[in-house]
Amino acid sequence: MTSNIKKIAVCGAGGTMGAGIAIVAARAGIETICYDMAAPGLERARAQAGSFFTKSVERGKMSEEDRTATLARMTDTTDLNDLADVDMVIEAVFEDLQTKRDLFTALNKVCDEKTIFASNTSTLSITEIASGCGREDRVVGLHFCLPAQMMKLVEASQGMNTAPKVFQAAWDWAVQVGQVPVETQDRPGFILNAVLVPFNNDVIRAVEAGIATPGDIDKAIKSGLGYKMGPCELLDLIGLDTQVRLCEAFYPVTLDPRASAPPLLRRMVAAGHLGRKSGKGFYDYATA
Amino acid sequence: MMHSYEIIQNGASRSFPTVDDSKGDDPKGDEFLTNTSGSGDILIYLGDVPQLQPDDTDRTVLIELDLECLGVHTGEASGTEGSDVLGFARYRNGNDAPGRLIELVRQPQSSEAAITAARQMFEAAGFDVVVALDRPGRIIDRLVRPQYNAAMRFLDDGLASAEAMDMTSRMGLGYPDGLIERTQRGDLERHYDISKAIYDMTGLAEYAPSRMSCVAKQRKAE
Repeated sequence: MTSNIKKIAVCGAGGTMGAGIAIVAARAGIETICYDMAAPGLERARAQAGSFFTKSVERGKMSEEDRTATLARMTDTTDLNDLADVDMVIEAVFEDLQTKRDLFTALNKVCDEKTIFASNTSTLSITEIASGCGREDRVVGLHFCLPAQMMKLVEASQGMNTAPKVFQAAWDWAVQVGQVPVETQDRPGFILNAVLVPFNNDVIRAVEAGIATPGDIDKAIKSGLGYKMGPCELLDLIGLDTQVRLCEAFYPVTLDPRASAPPLLRRMVAAGHLGRKSGKGFYDYATA
Repeated sequence: MMHSYEIIQNGASRSFPTVDDSKGDDPKGDEFLTNTSGSGDILIYLGDVPQLQPDDTDRTVLIELDLECLGVHTGEASGTEGSDVLGFARYRNGNDAPGRLIELVRQPQSSEAAITAARQMFEAAGFDVVVALDRPGRIIDRLVRPQYNAAMRFLDDGLASAEAMDMTSRMGLGYPDGLIERTQRGDLERHYDISKAIYDMTGLAEYAPSRMSCVAKQRKAE
């Protein structure tokens, strides 16, 4: 499948998700502009990309020449005006509706009229993000999974005003860069988070109700269902504060009781038990 | 510590059904049944459980559970119940063949010695053992049935195709199989029975059986 999208920009490229998307694009031969508001984040992301490609070379997945060429395809900038001639912008900025709207509105004034705007939102509505940006017909959802450079799946969705040709172009690009897109409707959480966020909350409620220890819940899920990681281990990895943020994005638009943050989750966050990053969550990592 | 066990079976066991080699069933079930000593420090009831006799509580007693709570067999006492009588079930995805996991069911005041003995016995037989409080669905069904119901409702509501949802489960969530395919493989009628049983005991909407499973149940009944 051939795509006409040859040059893209990633907004929020200094963050983990944005940096991963930039890697996906650049290694597939796409000229990639990495935009963020602050240079230090971009510098960290570039170092991480270099390290990632070095490992790819060591594992025989990439030649040294390809590594050099791929990094050369990635250009860092903190100036939005540098995104004027890209074929598509993928935003991976803070998961906040107004922040994303403001970005697309600003980009609409800078970018070529044919530039496609893709949002990597995991919970927000594509239609609402596109609303008022000035090119609602050229806005699509492309939700990558963390870490983007390792995970192939992309949830692709159209807003109510997205032109079918634009959606198809974004879909074709995703395929061309080696991702596996799945189409979802523009609904809160699409498929992945609509399934995962409430499930993780159910797990937390089970712990709070004393149904079983986190260790036994993880053991049951891994042994009984064949999952590679237990849900408590996963929550500790993604961060319990992140789970709260997902709930706060998800619950108000769904009013699904399962999506509301469980009291235990809020207490753990208040106590500083955020998971691996704080050294303690459902498990204690201080001695690990 | 090694434990010997006696099995009293009355009717079919869901945890230890007849092993079908042609289906690749785990032979551990057969091994466990044949390794019984005819007597021992643990008494196991499989299938339909008779009314418990007081003498049975002299040793650790394990009651195979299906959809019911252990309290149905032991009685309850406002959250202070517990004895040497425990429940257990070998986890199955609906009507799929059972796997290695044993969910051991305890009550608030269950004997720790009984729990330890039961855990040791099952682990010695090669099973993975977890301990769950005596609540509907134990651990796994309590957690996955709402997820399966939601997935089927998403499908009904047109969120995505079954293929897209299953692919997301595998590639995005890292699950070994898709939620829709897993529920269907385990038998939608059985999903209905499990969800309905938990729904009846909890009243929580997420356990209300999905439309698809209701249809499957009704078709089986016709």
